[in-house]
Amino acid sequence: MRRLSVPYLLGFTGAAWLILFFLIPLIAGLIVSLMSGDVASGYRLTWNWSIYSDIFVNSNVNYALFLGRSLFYGATATLLTIVIGYPLAYFIAFRVSPRWKTPLLFLVLISFLISFVIRTKMWVFLLGAQGPIISFLQSIHLAGPDFAVLGTPGAVIGGQTYNDLAYMVLPIYVALERIDTRLFEATEDLYGTKRAVFFKTILPLSRSGIFSGILIVFIDTVGDPVNAALLGGRNTYNFGEAIQYAYLNLQQYNVAAALSTVLMIALGIILFVYARVFGTENIEDLV
Amino acid sequence: MTSGENINPETIRGLTQSRVSRRMFMKGAGAVAGAGALSALLAACGVTGTNPSGANPTGGNASGGTDWTSWWASKKQNGVLNFANWPYYIDTDSNGKHASLEAFTKKTGIKVNYKEVIQDDPSYYAKISPLLTKGQSIGQDIIVITDGWYLTEIINNGWAVQLDHSRMPNFTANADRSLLSPSYDPGALHSAVWQTGLTGLAYNSKKVPEGITSFADLLDPKYAGHIGLFSDNTEYGSMALLATGAQTATSTHDDWNKAVEWLNKLKPSVAKFYDQGYTDALQNGDIWISQAWSGDVYQMQQGGHPEIKFVLPTEGVITWHDNMLIPITAENPVDAITWMNYYYTPETAGIIEDYDAYICPVPAAKDYILNTLKDPAVANSPLVFPSAADLAKAQEYYTYKNLADYNAWNALFDPVAQS
Repeated sequence: MRRLSVPYLLGFTGAAWLILFFLIPLIAGLIVSLMSGDVASGYRLTWNWSIYSDIFVNSNVNYALFLGRSLFYGATATLLTIVIGYPLAYFIAFRVSPRWKTPLLFLVLISFLISFVIRTKMWVFLLGAQGPIISFLQSIHLAGPDFAVLGTPGAVIGGQTYNDLAYMVLPIYVALERIDTRLFEATEDLYGTKRAVFFKTILPLSRSGIFSGILIVFIDTVGDPVNAALLGGRNTYNFGEAIQYAYLNLQQYNVAAALSTVLMIALGIILFVYARVFGTENIEDLV
Repeated sequence: MTSGENINPETIRGLTQSRVSRRMFMKGAGAVAGAGALSALLAACGVTGTNPSGANPTGGNASGGTDWTSWWASKKQNGVLNFANWPYYIDTDSNGKHASLEAFTKKTGIKVNYKEVIQDDPSYYAKISPLLTKGQSIGQDIIVITDGWYLTEIINNGWAVQLDHSRMPNFTANADRSLLSPSYDPGALHSAVWQTGLTGLAYNSKKVPEGITSFADLLDPKYAGHIGLFSDNTEYGSMALLATGAQTATSTHDDWNKAVEWLNKLKPSVAKFYDQGYTDALQNGDIWISQAWSGDVYQMQQGGHPEIKFVLPTEGVITWHDNMLIPITAENPVDAITWMNYYYTPETAGIIEDYDAYICPVPAAKDYILNTLKDPAVANSPLVFPSAADLAKAQEYYTYKNLADYNAWNALFDPVAQS
């Protein structure tokens, strides 16, 4: 009797979590986007679907460009976190003695002890025209007098990569750590080269870690307005900044909600396609 | 920011000053407003408007029918004042005490709860508007709001008490004459200026040794890629109106269109639209020329950066005001207006100005700071006490007539920075 109800209770917790923190906000956002009115007279639900064509076709602000920019920055930053984070996670998982693993993982996380806005702000100082990095490059004649990093897409992507690196390292580390090292020997016994060990054994077995990392990093960086605001310039205005501006400064809640919904749908489609192409069969390993 | 620099209150305020850190606080404000919107949504599938009856769209005597004489007559002094202000905006000694407020308490017996809770206008507005819409107290008797859309919205919605000027004779006697009837609040019926500032241009003379004198200089191709503007469309829009020879207060949609054309000519030269951090960028040489607030430039100069120069452009300069308002739901309005009256004396305004170093609303405070506080750096600074000739060049922001007017301005000017 009691045993029978346990799965349902567990299922209920999960469903309640999903409904409360995912479904309700998503539907609320969709409903607000279909309202019309203004902040003074209030917003009424009028099922105004034309808002979606208005913001992309009839708007004098180019939201499609900002969406494209956000997706590009997020995708590039995600790729960079994999390129940098995978070797780092691999090193910690396989190349150091067990007693060094915890201190090294702590080092990966240590930057989280400082507020993310302050950390980003420090990059503004470090990368400034008279900051230490550019001054040094100029003194060894690797950079011209007008060389600038701040204000470029590179600075924004770099900031996002820096801020989200740990979100990629940790899930990959967890996936690598679980791999039974005897499988490497097995691969070698089957005349696999070092290359084959990595590409045929390690990489496929750590795919779930990469997927979780991509989920966290891509979603976070695509919607992020802070790196662009602090490190970017005139040509890095992105979708997150546009949503924030529509919400707080223009007080056009319907426009802001429509933009957020578009972002959610775009992210959903991209991640769904990714999951279909590369598979998610072992993501539950991580849970 | 460099080592060995003498840290003084101006610098600290410059670093943490909230006018320039709007973005950082937006997330929190968004969450608050979002929660409000969501609860309203679940209740009625709609978001309640702040002024649903559309009353008093022209401002002025906003709370239409109220008989303010009897309103004030019915209020009593309660001995408490809840004062909400921006951080680092009042005299503070090393123990965190405010001499001006303590002297006020001594003289009047009114205890002041001074809270530095206003980080920027949009987020503070988002915080108080749901309460004021419902006619609930926001827990404050004085709030400080910059002239602009949010101030206009508060007055239009009837959320600001109409001031009884017979209770504040010092204001009438001592305030700078231009503050007795500002364009955004005719007759100063709802607001009393706390601090004034100028939005002009600043440049780094190490990078621009020849200096600049006008907005037209910005179009010089040699500055391309080294110019910073504010991301607030009121700031760059007003600048463009001045640059194209229009009067901000009386500008028409034709003038706005011309201003946008001018901005589009300037845009390729702009490195960034700043909502914060432009002072660091100027000092570090990331940008050479920027739109700038007078008080920030004073702080930079005092903070060891004399190479940063402030320019009152030949075409004119914008002046803005942070204003004390009494919210309509204030519990202690008599105590609030007593403070407003007390503030407008050379002594109180002088003590506060000596710390703030923006522009003092009480011109007579200059002598008090010079002769009694012995601080000639502040008293003689043209940034804190600008000359009458300088102020004559100053224009206030355009005052939005109503929401449609504000939306029209945004529709024209937003695409300049949002690109």
